[in-house]
Amino acid sequence: MSRPMNRRQDNHKISRELFVLTYGALVAQLCKDYEKDEDVNKYLDRMGYDIGIRLIEDFLARSAMRKCRSYSETVDVIAQVAFKMYLGITPSVSCSNTTENEFFLMLDNNPLVDFVEELPPGRSSLCYCNLLCGVIRGALEMVHLAAEVTFVQDRLKGDDVTEIGITFPKRLEVKKHKRNK
Amino acid sequence: SASASPCSVLHAAPVPQTCSHPSAPKAGDQEKGLSALEGVGFRVGQGLSERLTKEMPSFKDELDVVKFLCKDLWINVFKKQVDNLRTNHQGTYMLQDNQFLPLSQLSNGKQYLEEAPKFLAFTCGLVKGALSNLGFDSTVTAEVTAMPSSKFQVVIQKS
Repeated sequence: MSRPMNRRQDNHKISRELFVLTYGALVAQLCKDYEKDEDVNKYLDRMGYDIGIRLIEDFLARSAMRKCRSYSETVDVIAQVAFKMYLGITPSVSCSNTTENEFFLMLDNNPLVDFVEELPPGRSSLCYCNLLCGVIRGALEMVHLAAEVTFVQDRLKGDDVTEIGITFPKRLEVKKHKRNK
Repeated sequence: SASASPCSVLHAAPVPQTCSHPSAPKAGDQEKGLSALEGVGFRVGQGLSERLTKEMPSFKDELDVVKFLCKDLWINVFKKQVDNLRTNHQGTYMLQDNQFLPLSQLSNGKQYLEEAPKFLAFTCGLVKGALSNLGFDSTVTAEVTAMPSSKFQVVIQKS
């Protein structure tokens, strides 16, 4: 076995592997305790929420971000700074072409599913990474942005890609520029 | 801070509500919750010991295995080795960690009462799972006599 050259990088990797392992163990345990996929999904979301409302402080402290001025800027920060910081990936961001308050994060190389090739048998509605939705939702709530966060596509369920949808409440101000018909 | 680590996941694991169903009595919930956390720890222990021992030569005896827990496994999860290992050479081991990471992060008595049982349950499962993966059945119990020091008693079943 070769000696690691970069100690810090190695510790980071170990930390992340341990997290991925723990997450998988958590999901497995929840599947054992709850018969319905819906209940596991809800539990993961709630756990994520509890993490998110605390994680935001850590994030703001470590990233020294200023207040975002738009939904779009907020989502960019989530994808490029937060995801990078905690999971080491940078999901690509896209925006719905019909509404201005709906965004999508496309997850490629999500480490949480590193060791997951397919959903467990009989668990076809399981949102394996639902914790992430709760985390985002909880964190946003703490910066006074109420958003709906769900998986809109999931490779583990047979979709082509894995995408998280973030929907902010519509802004109440009247738009000054023209609307496209 | 514990950002992407098991600690942050466990901090958010609400113990009383774990496994609670509307019809189930409240009294058993805490126990059920801790048992679930132990279950999570067990799986982590299995997976971790599998990964860590992949490229290691096989252990020469039971004591060697326990030393691996005290060193490699502990460092991986708690960033340090176990401080003190004692055994009666008849299958019972006492592992003592004087700066048990999860406890050293708790700041007050209330937090301790809520959080400590979760981490202890998880860790008992962790040790059991690691041993199970290496072919040993065991019972593991935890004790905190003086914060942030924790003792884990491991009794390996005779096969």
